Amino acid sequence: MPRLLRHTLLILLPLVAALALAPALYGNHLLLFNVIVFLTLAQGINIIYGFTGYLPFGYVGFFGAGAYGFALAVMHLHALPLVALAAGGLAALLLGVLLTPLLRLSGAYFSIANLAAALAVLQIVSNPALESVTKGPYGISLSGVFDPALAYGVALAILAATTFLVIWLRHSRFGMALQAIREDAISAAMAGIDVVRGRVVAWLLAALVAGLTGSVYAWYISVFYPETVFGGEITIFAIVFALFGGTATILGPILGVVILYGIYNAIGISAPQYFQLIYGLLIMGLVLFLPNGLASLLRRRGIDVP
Amino acid sequence: MSPEPPLLSVDGLVKRFGGFRALDGLSFHLNPGEILGLVGPNGSGKTTCINVISGLYAPDGGGVRFAGRAIGGLPSHRLVHLGINRTFQVPKPFLSLTVRENVAVADGYGRNPRGPVDIDTLLATLDLRPVAERRAAELNSAQQKMLDLARALATGPRLLLIDELAAGLNPAELDRVAVQIKEIARSGVALLVVEHLMGFIGEITDRVIVMNAGKEIFEGVMADAIQDKRVVEVFLGGEDEG
Ligand SMILES: Nc1ncnc2c1ncn2[C@@H]1O[C@H](COP(=O)(O)OP(=O)(O)OP(=O)(O)O)[C@@H](O)[C@H]1O
Ligand SMILES: [Mg+2]
Repeated sequence: MPRLLRHTLLILLPLVAALALAPALYGNHLLLFNVIVFLTLAQGINIIYGFTGYLPFGYVGFFGAGAYGFALAVMHLHALPLVALAAGGLAALLLGVLLTPLLRLSGAYFSIANLAAALAVLQIVSNPALESVTKGPYGISLSGVFDPALAYGVALAILAATTFLVIWLRHSRFGMALQAIREDAISAAMAGIDVVRGRVVAWLLAALVAGLTGSVYAWYISVFYPETVFGGEITIFAIVFALFGGTATILGPILGVVILYGIYNAIGISAPQYFQLIYGLLIMGLVLFLPNGLASLLRRRGIDVP
Repeated sequence: MSPEPPLLSVDGLVKRFGGFRALDGLSFHLNPGEILGLVGPNGSGKTTCINVISGLYAPDGGGVRFAGRAIGGLPSHRLVHLGINRTFQVPKPFLSLTVRENVAVADGYGRNPRGPVDIDTLLATLDLRPVAERRAAELNSAQQKMLDLARALATGPRLLLIDELAAGLNPAELDRVAVQIKEIARSGVALLVVEHLMGFIGEITDRVIVMNAGKEIFEGVMADAIQDKRVVEVFLGGEDEG
């Protein structure tokens, strides 16, 4: 499959190489790590929204589930970080399975129900009654496994795998089937596609991506509160980055992160609350007026965006 | 020796929407290679009949048998794999995919028993070859209907349900579609054709069913249907509503 190979060599490889070399050239390690986190989350949104049309306003729920899955495995089972990472991914997958009935809803109903689900998980995790399990609202400290350099490398590997998954979806039969489902579920069934299975697979893949990212985030920062890993701005950012660049493409979410997260870090850090507002409004504008993002503007000018 | 059982038999089919019976005990059968017309006034249940047979709705009563097995309530994609497909009264292509991709999806997932189709040839027979690389959204309505048909044919159906394919076509296009439908039947496919254009139905079908209010009120050849008192009544009654 030459296009798969071409896009792996021309997009994935340079991206990973740049982010692997960046810490040697640029001092703000946390910022670079966050870039990896948002690149991965934006591609996760791409998988579920770009390929199936479900816009998960509670996407951060999987990120938080992953972070807490990781933390609980380290705290209670004394698991090694890589094992705990798998536990985080599993926690997000389980949450994904639990939430599959939401896929019966469509449009805004799905988005809102998913947001409610993420808030419910936050309430459970931060409940003081569960202090012995989750440390409740008092937060987690995992100083024993603190290893930002290694966590950075693992995060990069997760990004690489996720980006490869999107490249594969872009060029595979299965990715085409998902797009067909997004366009018209009834017609997709008449093309012989198992619509329910396709949606569930995409949903769980997106959940796994966010769960693993949340796990590695927990590992990297090691000290965090429930609001840190269940914060609504994480969802808003991931969605706006993906939509701005253009979903159902490989490059769109990457462009979105580079441009919008770049702007945010250049001028937004001092007043982050305005950015949540601006980016929230930007999501509405994009969904209404430019649902396929920058990529569609470029396409109109005859520039093909892979 | 008993005769071959029909490919499709619909027996006392009921479909309710709330308290309203859109299908109210409909029965008919269909053989391979046969073209059966399904006519009736607006709202008589023709599309609902196709929707139930193609798995969009589960029946609320009665049964549907296809190739010897009960299929009522199976999900659409399973029915497609068994050899049933359809077109839509309002065409439903994958708008942002190209014409070729629309057909390629069905080719990839339809489990055509004759193996992968030659998409170019299929598109050419339906006059869609020149627009193969266009997005389906750019096609006109008649072309989108043909694309529905192309997608259905790519799955290699044994039973094809066609819902008002000819509506809105000019006379030359009508002749062309008539030829295409007859050709599909000649390859052994059983066809159920829903259409309001009586001349068109009369030309292509072997037999027609006339429906009214979810029930069948006539079965036979078109020439007899237009002589039938109840049929005439239903259509005249339907006309002053329209
Ligand atoms: N999903 C639905 N929910 C409620 N009522 C429905 C639904 N689908 C069809 N109906 C009703 O069932 C009846 C039969 O509709 P159907 O579409 O089968 O008619 P039709 O014979 O195809 O008509 P037309 O010639 O106008 O296409 C109509 O009264 C319609 O309003
Ligand atoms: Mg109809």
